[in-house]
Amino acid sequence: MTDFLAVIVGDFYARMLVLLLSATQWTIYLSLTAFVGGGLIGLAMTLLRIAPVKWARLFSAAYIWTFQSVPLLMLLFLIGLGMPAFFKVNVPPWAAATTALTLFTSAYMSEVWRGAIQSVPAGQWEAGRVLGLTFAQSLRYVVSPQAIKIAIPPTVGFMVQIIKGTSLAYIIDFNDLMRWGKKIGNSQLDGAEPFVVFPIVAAIYFLLCYPLTVLSRRLERRSGGEKLMVAAKGVNVGG
Amino acid sequence: MNFWDCGVDLDGKSGKICVDIRGMSKWFGSFRVLNNIDIAVSAGEKVVICGPSGSGKSTLIRCMNSLEQFQSGSVTVCGVALEQDGTNAAVQRRVGMVFQQFNLFPHLTVLENCTLALRLVLKLNADEAEARAREYLSRVRILEQANKYPADISGGQQQRVAIARALAMEPELMLFDEPTSALDPEVVHEVLETMTDLAATGMTMICVTHEMGFARQIADRVVFMDEGAILEVAPPPEFFGSPQNERCRVFLSRILN
Ligand SMILES: Nc1ncnc2c1ncn2[C@@H]1O[C@H](COP(=O)(O)OP(=O)(O)OP(=O)(O)O)[C@@H](O)[C@H]1O
Ligand SMILES: [Mg+2]
Repeated sequence: MTDFLAVIVGDFYARMLVLLLSATQWTIYLSLTAFVGGGLIGLAMTLLRIAPVKWARLFSAAYIWTFQSVPLLMLLFLIGLGMPAFFKVNVPPWAAATTALTLFTSAYMSEVWRGAIQSVPAGQWEAGRVLGLTFAQSLRYVVSPQAIKIAIPPTVGFMVQIIKGTSLAYIIDFNDLMRWGKKIGNSQLDGAEPFVVFPIVAAIYFLLCYPLTVLSRRLERRSGGEKLMVAAKGVNVGG
Repeated sequence: MNFWDCGVDLDGKSGKICVDIRGMSKWFGSFRVLNNIDIAVSAGEKVVICGPSGSGKSTLIRCMNSLEQFQSGSVTVCGVALEQDGTNAAVQRRVGMVFQQFNLFPHLTVLENCTLALRLVLKLNADEAEARAREYLSRVRILEQANKYPADISGGQQQRVAIARALAMEPELMLFDEPTSALDPEVVHEVLETMTDLAATGMTMICVTHEMGFARQIADRVVFMDEGAILEVAPPPEFFGSPQNERCRVFLSRILN
């Protein structure tokens, strides 16, 4: 790949680009791990949040509240720098970065999903109950299919926030796109000045995020259109 | 079936008590919504409940299928004594309910709306469930819409689907909470006709409604509620002809013209 790029942009820039792109891998891995891990924990928290058991709701509310109130950068500091210093344990940057982003993602996702579930009219739960469905059956067959439609656009949209959020992990020496961009920018080599490198880094972030933004907007327009259609015909307004 | 054996008389009323509520009260916080309610409904009987907005009609019938909890007195439905402050899934299975807002499941077709609980709750297999759902959809004369989504049919049709969905569970008691108040005036009659047909089958029905023509036609007794209490209970001729309670008289004169 370096050879191929060298033909187009010259040897120096080709090597720089390959370096940046391989660092981008780590940005992608970190984003995916945070998305999947955060999604799973977020799902569990969502279920606890709406469960007909009081302590479960309280626990989940406390969890969401905690990790939503702490800035991501603070989480990274606490886990990546605070924990090693305080408990004298070795926390590798990738472990700290994944943990912080997963916690951050899970709190946000469960809040989005809870909102989606609660936006399904109460009458749907009641209709399930009077037909003899259990809480779990109503959730699974009646409420979730409607909530998922509402939740997909903001969920995809939040992936953009995760990708951008990973750029903060450079602060705890995680070797992602941002950190390599900064390294190269600070290298004092001719042609690798920050004003050259950072626009390239920004462009790579843009290429990662833009398709997701477009997708999220498109999904939003689609589900919005459906909602309008349903409302216009007077189905299930209120409960 | 031989009706001598099952104790059902020709009117479809057996004298068996289906709903028995005694001295029941309910509070929302410190606000007493239902005040010392006493009423018994026999199997096969049709009761219409009316009263001003906020008088507790919905709350009362929601206590009959355990959608709301009560705090004192006793409520027995289909032979099951409900616990104070409890929820009873067994009763919910035996009582059907139709809501003002239909509450059809918008992501499922008309047919799927009817088969969902048949499969999940009654554990029928796909064929049995579909056959039974079709039978009830044709009873409410809407079988031809079976594969449409709720959003694609009219309000009156949606409400009839909701009735079929409840009936398919073959409940012992049907509760209706203002089933026609969310409908355009020109389709109200189609839902009332469906309910009149249902009444003729001997189903026990308790309907909150202000459709007084319907009440006159099908009700065995009409109940007037105000401020959480039952103030008048009488068969339609007495209820409309010579109501004893003053507030009931005022209410009737207001809604009858
Ligand atoms: N969940 C609730 N919490 C607190 N108060 C409630 C709740 N539900 C109903 N109420 C109150 O209880 C009273 C009775 O309500 P209910 O819905 O049973 O009246 P209704 O006779 O059905 O009225 P409508 O004709 O408007 O449907 C009203 O004053 C209402 O504001
Ligand atoms: Mg009401």
